Amino acid sequence: MNAYQEFSIIGSRPVRPDGLDKVTGRARYGADLNMQGQIYGHIVRSPHAHAVIQSIDCSQALAMEGVLAVMTGEDLPEPGDSVLGSGEGAIALKDLSPMVMSRGKVLFHSQGVAAVAATSPELASQAAALIEVSYQVLPAVTDMHEALSAEAPILHEDRFPDGFPEEPTNLAAHISLEVGEPDAAFESADVVIEQTYSVPMCHQGYIEPHACVARVDAAGRVDLWCSTQGHFTVAQYTAALTGIDVGKVKVTASEIGGGFGGKTTVYLEPVAVVLAQKAGRPVKMIMDRGDVFRVTGPAPGAQTRVKLGAMRDGQLVAAEVECVMDTGAYNGNPAGIPAFMATACYKLTNARSTGRAVYTNKPKIHAYRAPSVPQVTLGVELAMTELAAELEMDPLAFRLKNAVEEGDANMMGAPYNRIGLRECLEVASAHAHYKAPVAEGEGRGVAAGYWINAGLQSSATLNVLSDGHLSILTGSPDIGGSRASMALMAAEVLGIPFDHIHPQIAATDAVGHCDVTGGSRTTLATGQAVIQAAEQCVAEMCRRAAAEWEVEAGVVTWSQGAAHYGEHSLTFEALARRAGTMGGPLTFSSSLTASSAAPSFGVHICDAKVDQETGRTTITRYTVIQDAGKAIHPAYVEGQMQGGAAQGIGWALNEEYLYDENGALENPGFLDYRIPVASDLPFIDTVIVEVPNPLHPFGVKGVGEVPIVPPMPAVAEAVYRSAGVRMRDMPLNPPKIVAALQER
Amino acid sequence: MSIQEFVAPHSLSEAKGLLSDGAMASVLAGGTDLLVGVRLGTRSPERVVDLKHIPELTAIHVDAESVRIGAAASAFSILHDSDVPSCFPGLAEALDLIGSTQIQGRCSAGGNLCNASPAADSIPALIANDAQCLITGPAGDHQMRVEDFVLGPGKNALKEGELLVALILPRPSSQTADAYLRLTPRTEMDIAVAGVGVSLTLDGEGTCTAARVSIGAVAPTALLVEAAGAALVGTQLDATAIEAAVAATREAACPISDKRGTAEYRTHVVGVLVARAVAQAQARIVETSS
Repeated sequence: MNAYQEFSIIGSRPVRPDGLDKVTGRARYGADLNMQGQIYGHIVRSPHAHAVIQSIDCSQALAMEGVLAVMTGEDLPEPGDSVLGSGEGAIALKDLSPMVMSRGKVLFHSQGVAAVAATSPELASQAAALIEVSYQVLPAVTDMHEALSAEAPILHEDRFPDGFPEEPTNLAAHISLEVGEPDAAFESADVVIEQTYSVPMCHQGYIEPHACVARVDAAGRVDLWCSTQGHFTVAQYTAALTGIDVGKVKVTASEIGGGFGGKTTVYLEPVAVVLAQKAGRPVKMIMDRGDVFRVTGPAPGAQTRVKLGAMRDGQLVAAEVECVMDTGAYNGNPAGIPAFMATACYKLTNARSTGRAVYTNKPKIHAYRAPSVPQVTLGVELAMTELAAELEMDPLAFRLKNAVEEGDANMMGAPYNRIGLRECLEVASAHAHYKAPVAEGEGRGVAAGYWINAGLQSSATLNVLSDGHLSILTGSPDIGGSRASMALMAAEVLGIPFDHIHPQIAATDAVGHCDVTGGSRTTLATGQAVIQAAEQCVAEMCRRAAAEWEVEAGVVTWSQGAAHYGEHSLTFEALARRAGTMGGPLTFSSSLTASSAAPSFGVHICDAKVDQETGRTTITRYTVIQDAGKAIHPAYVEGQMQGGAAQGIGWALNEEYLYDENGALENPGFLDYRIPVASDLPFIDTVIVEVPNPLHPFGVKGVGEVPIVPPMPAVAEAVYRSAGVRMRDMPLNPPKIVAALQER
Repeated sequence: MSIQEFVAPHSLSEAKGLLSDGAMASVLAGGTDLLVGVRLGTRSPERVVDLKHIPELTAIHVDAESVRIGAAASAFSILHDSDVPSCFPGLAEALDLIGSTQIQGRCSAGGNLCNASPAADSIPALIANDAQCLITGPAGDHQMRVEDFVLGPGKNALKEGELLVALILPRPSSQTADAYLRLTPRTEMDIAVAGVGVSLTLDGEGTCTAARVSIGAVAPTALLVEAAGAALVGTQLDATAIEAAVAATREAACPISDKRGTAEYRTHVVGVLVARAVAQAQARIVETSS
């Protein structure tokens, strides 16, 4: 039962508080801050994908007029075996440090090997060219299947995943789960299908490149400004990577021009800090677009083998999923998620799932919107659709028959609370899009998707201003309209106007700890901190009103933005104006480790038309149906649904990293790494389903990630139905479709 | 060496002087390729000569005989402030495919040609329309066909100190029309995997009396495929004639496989585009004469 059942302002669509600055160009992004006396950092990058660094000579660069500092990987502390964070967010320092700067060996093309700071960006770039690095070049492997072959060069001689201790291989991790007796269940099935599907490595597609500026004062205190999804995480990682106490690192988050998971780590920040420390001047660093593609963490490419068994009546009886993921040069932990979550949409008492991660000479993968789940879902959902066809069942009816609901256990053994998959499938089945006949020459695909959603740590501080306005401080960078959601939630509890509320993203020294804006957690968890702080505010205001009226606090009620008792009332504004004489400033903080997270489900319907001669696919109609729990600001929920669908469609049709034989990325830019442009997409229709999350006071569920999960299988099926050839390897670009049509 | 000098001459003679005194000079007609090249480090001129202030280079003249497009005229002015789109709808569509509206405010047909990218959209459209390059230089003025002007990827026929002044196209009759089609995986903001420019002339009975077919992005330079044109002339553009033109085009194409598409795909799709561009040009003539 949710604490709040009826809402007055939640569910409305006010303009976001940060909107005006963003559309008028006043908002300050990562590269927009300049510090007095700043100089410019430039990173020297490896021209080889796999090599031993024999020597680095910085003397010529250092001798140049205007060059104030140089550094190499030796200037960062030895990572050892320490691990940062915990649970799903845990990462070993030895997997993080070389993504900032390598030491001893380079394992992917363009990996950083040294850096220089000089008085202008041009000088820094010229000085970087004078740093002499001598390499012993080693053979490189960029294909994960080749990386597992006996002839492949080994990236890490000293790493052995659990259960494979004999000799070094490129296997980074192997995770296997089993429930029931899948082998026996497959024996009993009427129909069994088994297919293999693949997805290439891809980029998050954020438009704003990484940028930061760092100052280190005479006492060793760091003041860092950067574009990030989580400045507390930047502080923690930067401190660990540079050996500076985290208490001395203050980080301010700029506005952020997209992240999608890609800005939940650091690349430039530790380098800027070390250079600033050495130079005694602030150091600014901006990554160019090419390096954003070449050296930051993409989403892993994956191959998924799916075996499903069902009875003639459509009852799913067994599943086996084996997903191999390309983790790049270091372990980005992609293997667990497919093992745990591959079959999360369906009731399965007999299932086996395996996730494996493989090292290759490419940048270490990093989070991208529902990390690892779109890749494995392509396989599971397309197999579900293929199996529905074998059973001659409607693909949504087949899913509905097997959909998980409250009380069903997932592969992790945890029973679901109140979830909304069935509701989404029912809405999809009845939707005008699904009821409409498929147009001549077009095809239709549907798919469902799941994402676990995170809770994690959040904090909020509410300051009641003397005129009755309210400032909200949180530490959650606003990447998708969360300021508006925070203001709406505070307005709901307090009963004051939305435009009297001023949400801000405070620096790490100005508000309690907040984990990253990621895991679809901010509106849920930071929002819950805001709700709790607002409830404290109501309680204190009622207490003050009670004191004024000389009654028990318990008899005072709060509604319509005012305290009431009998004939008496005192408004929020009156209490704010008189705060100085009624008990002092009104400031409320709340922090929590949210235990209210609940999974999200969505169902997508895609119509596509394939040009049989050119192989070009046009998405003609697209509908996203998703359970949001309770949509705080429906327009921004819809924005998330549309954005995730757009990214998934891009991944399905054109996006992929292309490496040459030397391990260099061939398409490091948005010209040849083809995310969809607006004209490539139809208007993406949305239906928000609201099955309130019983664990959250407002019923919120995370909404940001699950919309990228269903598009690939939905698009792939629509393409199959239009083109008449089945393709299971993304992307479904024109050359691939024409080749498949010609083979037919 | 970085850019030392930026000059914006107001006359052609001044510009010629700035290009022939021995300095490492690059002309800037719009800068949409030059500035990208400087930023990527592939171009490093000491002097940049801005051509946008020279009237002869930005003017567009249409008379009864010919259409003259100043080499530095912006795509936007060609598309929105001239009669070029009504004379050459295909060329206009090719120019309209270059970049965004903002880019089109700067970029020029002359620059797109001089940049000599194998995938340039305007070049096959210019070749199909039998465009000539008017070139000036230390040795005086001369003209050259567009198909002879581009020598290879990034290489054009301009000699030391020479400058492309204008593109001159014969003005088409009402029985002539052009078309340009390209294949890109995206709808916009993309580079041709294959491009086809076609110009057709039909007589009153619908028989093709002249045809020029040019293909882009399927060879080191845009090509005039004379055999494809010849396959169309004298026919009613029936299926057999189209098939012959498609076959001749595929025969002429010699693409590479790269990140933008395989050689097999490019060869296939350039033929598809020829058939479609011929149909489009034919439809334009039928439309205007009915």
